[in-house]
Amino acid sequence: MKRCFRIAALVLAVTVAGFWLAAGAHRGWTKTSVPVKTVDEVTGLEGLEYRKQFVPGLDFLGAALLGAGILAGASLLFRNQPTTETKP
Amino acid sequence: MKLNLLLALAGLAGAAFAAPQTFDFKDPKGVNNAVFKLDAPLEAITGSANGISGAVTFDPENPAATKGRIVVASATLMVPNPLQKQHLHSADWLDVAKFPEIVFESKELQNVKTEGTATTAEVAGTFTLKGVSKDLTVPIKMTYLKDKLGARVPNLKGDLLVIRAQFSIKRSDFGINPRAPQDKVSDTIDLTLSIAGASPR
Repeated sequence: MKRCFRIAALVLAVTVAGFWLAAGAHRGWTKTSVPVKTVDEVTGLEGLEYRKQFVPGLDFLGAALLGAGILAGASLLFRNQPTTETKP
Repeated sequence: MKLNLLLALAGLAGAAFAAPQTFDFKDPKGVNNAVFKLDAPLEAITGSANGISGAVTFDPENPAATKGRIVVASATLMVPNPLQKQHLHSADWLDVAKFPEIVFESKELQNVKTEGTATTAEVAGTFTLKGVSKDLTVPIKMTYLKDKLGARVPNLKGDLLVIRAQFSIKRSDFGINPRAPQDKVSDTIDLTLSIAGASPR
């Protein structure tokens, strides 16, 4: 059980860190939409449109690493399984 | 007699051309927008609102006489982070349920300079946000686009008036979450208004 928790913590940390890096390593807050600049041809006005897109930020990464830390910490609650010794 | 009639008609025609026009700023294309920005340590909080309405009376022959009222529907304020948006709309911040409108009403134009179709000026007016009204002077640029409405809205004839403004307000002046420390979210809110109004004929 101890080992399972530690592996789960490692998998969580590596997966989320990899996802955060792959999504652009955004060092701000997590976004669920991104602003896209538009220009009106007639008036020349610049506007903003929001496109739905999930961009994980440092808060997302931090929460996942905290979760991984809790899992790793929880593994300490379990005792090591006693190793069986065979006598000759 | 005929001469008098002709003169009267000419006068009427002249008055019609010189008459102030009313521009409606409710934009069916949704391009009109107000952008706001507040500095914060991790990342500046930037968002926009596109629920713009209001009317401006503009006379191309006398831009100094421009008067108007621009309204931003506070519920249309948008930021890319859903939790931040929830906070922004909440009672501590803008309380959009209780104060659904952000309004700027002009009183007079100062330092008016016109070059071609563009006029720059400083608009003195009243800015109302979260139920608090303050007198502000805002630098603006107005561009009069004669006969350009049809290019934007097919089958409609008329003119467009583009207004751009950039100014700052203080969060503390309008009671916007006074408990939020200024080293976490800046007191200064930078505002940029980019709007176009239509005057159909």
